[in-house]
Parts: sequence; C-alpha cells; structure tokens
Amino acid sequence: MNNLSVDNLIGIKDLTREDIELIFSTADSFKQIINRPIKKVPSLRDITIANLFFENSTRTRISFELAQKRLSADIINFSASASSVKKGETLIDTVNNILAMKVDMVVMRHPNPGAAKFLSERVPAKIINAGDGTHEHPTQALLDAYSIREKLGAVDGKKVVIIGDILHSRVALSNIYCLQKLGAEVMVCGPTTLIPKHIDILGVQVEHNLQKALEWCDVANVLRIQLERQDIKYFPSLREYTMLFGINSSILESLEKDIVVMHPGPINRGVEITSDVADGRHAIILDQVENGVAVRMAVTYLLAGKIER
Amino acid sequence: MILNEQHFDLTLKRLSHQLIETHNDFSDTVLIGLQPRGVQVLSQLKQILETALNKTILCGTLDITFYRDDFRRREKPLIPSVTNIDFSIEQKRVVLIDDVLYTGRTIRSGLDALLAFGRPSSVELLVVIDRRFRRELPIQADYVGKAVDTLTEERVSVEWREIEGKNQVILFTPKEGHE
Repeated sequence: MNNLSVDNLIGIKDLTREDIELIFSTADSFKQIINRPIKKVPSLRDITIANLFFENSTRTRISFELAQKRLSADIINFSASASSVKKGETLIDTVNNILAMKVDMVVMRHPNPGAAKFLSERVPAKIINAGDGTHEHPTQALLDAYSIREKLGAVDGKKVVIIGDILHSRVALSNIYCLQKLGAEVMVCGPTTLIPKHIDILGVQVEHNLQKALEWCDVANVLRIQLERQDIKYFPSLREYTMLFGINSSILESLEKDIVVMHPGPINRGVEITSDVADGRHAIILDQVENGVAVRMAVTYLLAGKIER
Repeated sequence: MILNEQHFDLTLKRLSHQLIETHNDFSDTVLIGLQPRGVQVLSQLKQILETALNKTILCGTLDITFYRDDFRRREKPLIPSVTNIDFSIEQKRVVLIDDVLYTGRTIRSGLDALLAFGRPSSVELLVVIDRRFRRELPIQADYVGKAVDTLTEERVSVEWREIEGKNQVILFTPKEGHE
C-alpha cells in the first residue's frame, strides 16, 4: 500500500484508513526535511500548482504555499478579491482559463459547499480542497489528527471532544470523519443552537455541559466562533458563550488529568479560549501549524505522483 | 552466484582496508549509507572498521526518495525511509556507500541529497557490486567490491545475513532463474 485510493482530495469522507496512515508516514519524512538547514527537496520541480482562494485565508494559504515551495513546485496565487470573478466570470471558466496555461494541480478554497467536488468532475487537474463552505476542510483534519498522533503516540482509542460552532464548521465535519476512521471516539459540545439536529447519525456523542465533556476527553479541539457565517443570533451574547463554553485555566486545573487543547485558528482570544490557555502547556496550537506544512507536503507529493506525464 | 558467503566477507574486509589506507584514522571522515540497501553495507563495514581501529566512526544514513529523477515515471510513488545525519558534513571527507552501482542515477540523487546538508571537502563512492557498461551518467566508484558484466534483463541481488539469512550476491537471469 503505497498509493492513495483517490485522485483528488475533496474530503476525508472519501479516504480510507490506509490512505490517512500513508499520508502520516509520508508527513513524518517531510517533517524531518523542514527541520533541516536546507528545507527544500526537488521532487515537484516540473509541477505547477494554482492556489485559488475565493475566500479569505492566512494560515491555510501560507501553509500550502510553503509546502509547495519546499517541494520545488512552481506556484501561482489567486484571490477572488483581485480577479475577474468580480466581473462575473463563472468558477469553471476561471479554472479552465488557468488550466489552459498548463497548471497541473489546483488548491481551492470556496464559500460554497461542494465546489471542490463540482470542479473535480469537470476539469482534468488534481484538486485539493482547502475548505468548501461549511462542508469539509480535509487538510486541517489531517493535521489535527497528525498532531494528536504526535503528542499522544496514537489516535486509536483516544477520546476527542470538538467544542463550539459545529453547525458552521467544516473543520468539525472533517475532524469527525478523520478521527473516527482512525479509531478515536468523538464527542461534540456546544450550545444546542450550534449543534446540527441529527448529528448523532455520524456516530458522535453530544454533550451540552463543558465540564462533563472535558472530564470525558483526552483531547479538546476548540473551534472558533464564526461570526461571519452567522446571519442570525445563535446565542444571546458572546459573554454568555464565554461563560458557558470558553476554555480557561481554572476549568483545566479542576480536571483530574491533563488534556491536550487544540485550536485550528484564528483564535478569538477571550471568547472560546483565554490567552493563558492558548499560550499554556496544554495547548499544541503552534505544533498544529508546523505539522500543517508537513501534512500538506505529503498530500501534495502523493497526489502529484498520480499526474500523468 | 557472484559472491558466496566466504568471498563476501573477504570482500568487505578488503574494502575496509582500502578505506583505512586512504583515510588513516578517520578523524575527518564520515560514512554515509544510502537507504535502504546501502545501510546494510555500512553497518557491516562500520563493525569491521571499528574493531580494526578501536574507535567509533561517524556514520549516517541518507534517504534519496525526494531527490530521484524518476518520480512520476514509476507506477507507484516510493515509500521514503529515514535520513539520519546528526552531525555536520561541512569540511568532512564523505564516503557514500551503496550495494550496487548500476545506472548511476541513485548516486546522482544521493549527491544532491547529500549537498543539502552542507559542503563536504570531498565525496567518494563505495559499492559492493559494480555492474559495468550499464552507466547512464558519468559516475564511477572509488572502491569496488567486485565488478561484474551483466545484461539489462538480469538482476543482481545482494543478500544479507540480517535480512535474507546469508551474506551473498546472486545474479538472476530471466530464463534460467538462479545461476
């Protein structure tokens, strides 16, 4: 087993456990490389990758860009705000025009769920989904699981609680698929309004009491409150949310064991997590960022291996 | 059969003595084995050399997967192995070690990978088997266990006590099987 079962990375849902483990073992090698004095390998020097970001992103875009540069790929960056999308061009037209310039792979973030799948069925390039609306964000889930594996030695059998805005979160959905495929138990925790009604059919537990959730888990993945995706008010006030679901040091100290605290970023300090926790010993937030580059290198490398010459 | 167990051990001994002739006490020299099969050669040579010189010799392993020139020309991507060079190769005399020298492409990748770690003062190449007249790049070994002339369809297999049970080198020809 040394090849992915998929040709594009649309979502974790399409991957097998073997795929995820292959990505992780490849990422181990890349992590070693990015900690060397010369952080670059020439593997993809004949590949061109377009990064299409129809939605704002800092971390994911820089992470992908670094991953591609460290594999020696040529890259072009595109953001919707400075493009013909403003003039009314459709997604397919935009992408086909870019592909006409001989691009082999596309990394895309788009506000519409399913945009990556739509594109993968219509264009010949390899597609990596960097987040499509509220659907999936596969590389984030991979790097989260990779970070848990690195910190705790394994993902299998671990208990992970995802806290916060599950309803709007693509990170939550991808994480649920990824962790379950790797044999972890998953719980979601948040206000009733931010947890989808029938989420239990995914096989996750639901808990509305933060204290109970934290006592149960080994790892807490704290999500950002996505104010930009909320067109109506889902909870009375940010202050009330912080009181009921914010992670602070006193609640972590009250637990009998040490848990690992994760956050996909960007952090709303003082809302879902306090500064002393985000910078404290429980948090592995910056390790997640470092692992993000290695995991994205692995995904890019493995998919590029499938490009026909 | 190209080398039987007895000849294999003699060859390794001879190679280590040749190394001692050029590198004296190994004070500036490091040995680097190419993953995966060069590492076996390295560990056996290291043993012989350390017994003979009565000191530890700096050794590392180098994985060349990401430096290969046949990425995407193969059916399946290669699985990378571990690179372990926890010392500086700057101003060192490096001896690259592999089991078989054939087209020279692996060594070319190895040189690229090695130079990502710094600028050694010199690089030499040691191989157990040199398949002559099959080179695709201008690369020659400085220390050769045994040179053989082979056909392209033939396959040379260097086997190890630790893995296959016996130190030996076998030439496979497609028609007759074992020679």
